[in-house]
Amino acid sequence: MNTVITERHTTPDLETDDHRTVGDYTLAEPRFTCRHVNVFYGDKQALFDINLDIGQREVIALIGPSGCGKSTFLRCLNRMNDIIEGCRVEGDIRLDDQDIYAKEMDPVLLRARVGMVFQKPNPFPKSIYDNVAYGPRIHGLAANRTELDEIVETSLKRAGLWKEVKDRLDHPATGLSGGQQQRLCIARTIAVNPEVVLMDEPCSALDPIATATIEQLIDELRSRYTIVIVTHSMQQAARVSQRTAYFHMGRLIEVGETTEIFTNPRHPLTEDYITGRFG
Amino acid sequence: MQPHTLFWMLLGLAAYGYYLGRKRALTVSGGEIRRLHSLPDYYGYYVALWCALPALAILSLWLLLDDKIILRWVLAELPPAYRNLPPDRLSLTVNVIANLLAGERQANTVDPALAEAAEHYRHLKQLGYHALTVLVFACATAALTWAHRRISPTLRARNRVETVVRIALVASSVLAILTTIGIVLSVLFEALRFFEMVSPLEFFFGLHWSPQIAIRADQVGASGSFGFIPLLTGTLLITAIAMAVAAPLGLLSAIYLSEFAKRRTRAIVKPILEVLAGVPTVVYGFFAALVVAPWLRDLGARLGLSISSESALAAGLVMGIMIIPFVSSLTDDALTAVPRSLREGAYGLGATQAETITGVLLPAALPGIVSGLLLAVSRAIGETMIVVMAAGMAAKLTLNPLESVTTITVQIVALLVGDQEFDSPKTLAAFALGLTLFVVTLALNLVALHVIRKYREQYE
Repeated sequence: MNTVITERHTTPDLETDDHRTVGDYTLAEPRFTCRHVNVFYGDKQALFDINLDIGQREVIALIGPSGCGKSTFLRCLNRMNDIIEGCRVEGDIRLDDQDIYAKEMDPVLLRARVGMVFQKPNPFPKSIYDNVAYGPRIHGLAANRTELDEIVETSLKRAGLWKEVKDRLDHPATGLSGGQQQRLCIARTIAVNPEVVLMDEPCSALDPIATATIEQLIDELRSRYTIVIVTHSMQQAARVSQRTAYFHMGRLIEVGETTEIFTNPRHPLTEDYITGRFG
Repeated sequence: MQPHTLFWMLLGLAAYGYYLGRKRALTVSGGEIRRLHSLPDYYGYYVALWCALPALAILSLWLLLDDKIILRWVLAELPPAYRNLPPDRLSLTVNVIANLLAGERQANTVDPALAEAAEHYRHLKQLGYHALTVLVFACATAALTWAHRRISPTLRARNRVETVVRIALVASSVLAILTTIGIVLSVLFEALRFFEMVSPLEFFFGLHWSPQIAIRADQVGASGSFGFIPLLTGTLLITAIAMAVAAPLGLLSAIYLSEFAKRRTRAIVKPILEVLAGVPTVVYGFFAALVVAPWLRDLGARLGLSISSESALAAGLVMGIMIIPFVSSLTDDALTAVPRSLREGAYGLGATQAETITGVLLPAALPGIVSGLLLAVSRAIGETMIVVMAAGMAAKLTLNPLESVTTITVQIVALLVGDQEFDSPKTLAAFALGLTLFVVTLALNLVALHVIRKYREQYE
């Protein structure tokens, strides 16, 4: 143990260093562009000067130790932080070149474009059908019952759940297994036809088999949606993402191609995390 | 020694037993508490319990029985003229003796034989106390010594003490249940006596309530009638008005408190709202009778309506205000208990705050809301004071909220106020009404329980 510590690189002091993100955070055709994003919870600063582009139809994984700010950053992208009392977001975040924190931007419409899947499956205490139909109903996406049925069926099919639930759409969603519930939540999210799907550790409450199903699903969804996934599992990040961003203590340390990050990390902190020295 | 002195002495002895037991435990442990099976305190409690419990059992048994036994002896010694009296005359004789003992009659005013019996009684009682003192102390000391000598490091004192504590816990809950059963049974039997005199058919379906019982056959209004339908409609009418006030106000304020109010506002507003439930109902009563009812009457006069100065509306409105906290507090708790993940799920789909509340939070909180509403209903049905003061006593069969009505509880009060004969249907009707009321509230509680059970697990 001691030998490991002596061999360690000198860790940069993030409090004092004027640090810059390692790797190219810009993209030619971005969906999201984030520049100089700072987030505060009351007096405490949670994110420091984040710059990151998120591309079209890619899966980008946000990784890092607990409390590094990756979930906070994710929740900036659909203004979920708005509902937390005392949370303040500074900087410039643009979706398709529209400032999402501008006065004219309605967070309700934004969240219809940027859907979210949460850590713990959170189906509403309603039937399976009503869970998926909830979003289309409130946004008026279906003119009649037939169209709504179609949306529900397509969404469940895309989420890979249709075969398992097609005969019991009127059963309560809470009766499904954890993995099924999470796929239902994904179906519920894509039923609104979003451009981006944010996933906040979507597999952390699931067993390995359900996790594998969801990961396969993420890979399939990539052809239609941009996916930003926060994960604690580095194997998962390596399996599902094309780009990876490594966060540490509220800073974006390194960003790049996933294969590059995992085989050849450039920043010592990234290397420590990926080789399992901490986190 | 008097029993109460004995009781305190016994407690003192038990305290001493605790001290002795603890000390002996420390001695046998040889200074190493870890060698003991239980902590030293438990050995103390062990000795104290052994010292106190058997002796207390003897004491209470004696106090329960001694009067009866002594009385039997005294009566057996009475001259045959008294002994062969019929039971009701005999109880008069016993009363005379009791009065002599209490000093309410002088010995020279009664038959010398009775005076002698009283003296005899007093003597036996004194003797009994002496015997009791000896017995109790002998028992307590013997038990104390025995328990004290049994103390060794392997004695499982904690388990013994915990068994006693567990028995005490069970006994307490059994006592509570038995009391409830006792109340129900006594109401039930009195109600059955009522139904022997008045047919249940008349009681449950009769449309006229006028509980008079004639003293003479030729009295005016001699025939009493016991149809409880007007009382039921009155109760339901006032409850409906109260709920029409409390349900919307309570629900909306709960939604404001849990979803819109800042944490500080909520910390101030919620307790203030809950104070409404703490105001004595009699205060609501005169508020209804002296402020709301006249105001309603004047308002009615201006609008061309005739509103009587005692109206169901006045009572219902004020009662509605009173039960707001039952609705708002329980709804607020239920809404706050809905997991944040459901809220975020709805917001994440682009639901507005209104859509989240009506589409997700209220359905998820439904069990809590329903139980709050039903609690408020049972409170409204059982409320008496406001109705007595503001809605009047007239048992009219009407659904017009502007007239005066009366409720089941008010009539129970009216039937039992003043001097009563306990065998007239008028008095017994109160028990029948009480039983009906009990069944109605019980049914509501069962419905509430069912609703909560059925929907409770939905978001877990």
